[in-house]
Amino acid sequence: MVTRTRFSRPRRRLLAGAAAGAALAVAMLGLPGRAEAAPRTDLVVGMPVEPPGLDPTSAAPTVIGQVVWQNVFQGLTRVDRDGKVQPQLARSWTVSPDGLTYTFALQQGAKFHNGEPFTAETAKFSLDAIRAPGSVNPQKALYAVIADVKAPDPQTLVLTLSKPSGNLLFWLGLPAAVMVEPKSRETLKSNPVGTGPFRFVAWRKGDRVELARSPDYWDAARRVHLDKVTFRFIGDPQAAAAALRAGDVDAYPLLPAPELYGAFQKDKAFKAEPGLTEMKVVAGMNNAEKPFSDKRVRQALMMAVDRKLLIEGAYSGYGAPIGSHYTPNDPGYKDLTGVYPYDPAKAKALLAEAGYAKGLTFTFKSPQMAYATRTAEILQAMFSEVGVTMTIVPTEFPAKWVQEVMRDRSFDMTVIAHAEPMDIGIYANDPYYFGYKNPAFNDVVTRAAQATDEAARLKLYGEAQEILAADVPALFLFVLPKLSVWRAKLTGFWKNEPVPSNDLTEVRWTE
Amino acid sequence: MTALALKMRRGWRPGSVPLLVGGILTALLIAIALTSLVWTPADPTRMRILQKLKGPLVSGLLGTDQLGRDVASMLMRGAFNSLTTAFAAVAVGAVLGTLAGVAAAANHKLDAVLMRICDALFALPPILSAIMLGALLGPGALTAIVAIGFFMIPVFARVTRGAAMQVWAREYIMAARMAGKGTARITLEHVLPNISAQVIVQVTIQLAMAILTEAGLSFLGLGLPPPAPTWGRMLAESQTYLIQAPHLALAPGLAIAAAVLGLNLLGDGLAARLDPRRRQAS
Repeated sequence: MVTRTRFSRPRRRLLAGAAAGAALAVAMLGLPGRAEAAPRTDLVVGMPVEPPGLDPTSAAPTVIGQVVWQNVFQGLTRVDRDGKVQPQLARSWTVSPDGLTYTFALQQGAKFHNGEPFTAETAKFSLDAIRAPGSVNPQKALYAVIADVKAPDPQTLVLTLSKPSGNLLFWLGLPAAVMVEPKSRETLKSNPVGTGPFRFVAWRKGDRVELARSPDYWDAARRVHLDKVTFRFIGDPQAAAAALRAGDVDAYPLLPAPELYGAFQKDKAFKAEPGLTEMKVVAGMNNAEKPFSDKRVRQALMMAVDRKLLIEGAYSGYGAPIGSHYTPNDPGYKDLTGVYPYDPAKAKALLAEAGYAKGLTFTFKSPQMAYATRTAEILQAMFSEVGVTMTIVPTEFPAKWVQEVMRDRSFDMTVIAHAEPMDIGIYANDPYYFGYKNPAFNDVVTRAAQATDEAARLKLYGEAQEILAADVPALFLFVLPKLSVWRAKLTGFWKNEPVPSNDLTEVRWTE
Repeated sequence: MTALALKMRRGWRPGSVPLLVGGILTALLIAIALTSLVWTPADPTRMRILQKLKGPLVSGLLGTDQLGRDVASMLMRGAFNSLTTAFAAVAVGAVLGTLAGVAAAANHKLDAVLMRICDALFALPPILSAIMLGALLGPGALTAIVAIGFFMIPVFARVTRGAAMQVWAREYIMAARMAGKGTARITLEHVLPNISAQVIVQVTIQLAMAILTEAGLSFLGLGLPPPAPTWGRMLAESQTYLIQAPHLALAPGLAIAAAVLGLNLLGDGLAARLDPRRRQAS
């Protein structure tokens, strides 16, 4: 902090340049000959994890979207910072009364970064690619209801569904459904080409991705302010905090170390307002096997957990407790943390009723992420209070964990943060790692997914949340906070994260 | 370290200072470890999350960690966990290594084979191999003991082979042979007792190495699983709290350093006292 105020920007750059290792990094930052008075137009965003590729339509990791979604790639619709659906490459749309036909009017004059125009044909190509038999789209299932895509003229796109899908416009606004262009399709992983305000410049593996403002961006209503954007990948939280303080990084939208966050909140040079992500931390249980096939055991363990205290220990008190697989960001959220509140005495009684008066022993496969290992240790301590012995088995994520928990379903209990927005439907998936089977729940989520009337749909999602809160197929713990830090002179970042993203469209320096 | 300690000691009475300091540190370590079985200031696994990250003397002697556990109690129980793993590992290494060493010294054909195996084992870096073992066996006490112990076998084999070779060249061995004693009996009655000093010295020094390696494995998550406190994991978990709560890193860090220093000094002191070659040298 002292360094920042003591030296003017060019001077500081000079000093940093003296350090041999930092020389290159600084050269990347600098735009020569800029008047001091004008606001900066370059930005360096730090991220904890480097994406494995840059094509959100072909791989699942949410970090892909956190670099390219809304910046490089855009969709027919977009989900905005409040989780609401907004038009994007589709100007407007009409839905037939039976909810089976969607007619989109598309933007005119939108162009891909390689010069190709965006037309109904490219939109059809993009949606067909998602639904193609060999498609590796990570959210393929969401778009399976689309039976047919037609492009009657260059500005009109008509979707025909096999059954109504109330959330379709939301799903179309996600990173997995962005519009791509046929000629660049094969190389999107390393050279993303979209219609967004920034075009891809370079990717130095292990270090950074660079974007620059697209010179002929189509959307005159949402002009961007930045000329140059760099995403830097700094995995170590201490190093990330140091980079922020040194001015090497201007913003770090997802600080993985909550214990370092307090210092930024107190520092006036930074803006640090904790928001919420969509990451639901749930301790999934193997509902198909004993002892968790008994609902009472699951309910008892839920009552053995003091969520507030857990959040305090596992995430320094940031984050929000949840009572079901739904976050306060999501439309139709119900606070169900009171269904099975912390009550160790009742938990013990219920365990006894289920035949485990003398105690219960099981294993817990814990991935290595900090939130997971801390949650594991705290749960272990809380369970021991009600006579339950939990053995922690460290299980490396993703390879080992995905194999053992997701594929083989050989586990008792585990913990993971579910990143996808509005994914309550996973409890109806069969097979899925929870092994939860409840026809009543399946019926409710199916009807909810098909309901085209907003109020009716949200009411059904409310019912779905209530069923899960009562059945406890997984221990619903908390929503991970979005611990973002950015320089106080920056504005336009998202506080919450209804979609995992770093939408920089509205970000700018105020001076 | 050994060479340096030797140099520093030149001119002093052989080994008495390191022996004293090392002995006290080691005795303290063992006493703390044993005490932790019957008494610690608080339950080392008990979390008081609302009391987290308290400084030394604010809550307990050494403060509390990020989950509100008593650091002093964790350190004590950690000493026990560290020492038991280290002792078990060194026992594996010392028994198997000494067997290999004396066998090699007694039989030339075995010697060639055993020493090549030892060369191969020496080539494997212990921590990396332990990570590999951890992936195969799953992390835990057994993995740590096997990984550390396994890589001590060649160390003990080398040391005991050299010492045993010297013993075999002595006149009294010749006399024993004349008296009609077999190789096995000579090894048992004459070789082993005469190399026991070197083995004891080596055990002490290897204990220090084992404690260090065990801390390294725990640091990487390959040691005892939670909730058992280990020094290595305490150190690993303290990383992001360096600025807020430096005592979390200092406590286990100093404990590891003191334990390793104590055992090394003790080993050096014992070497100077017990090893006839060194006694002559100094």
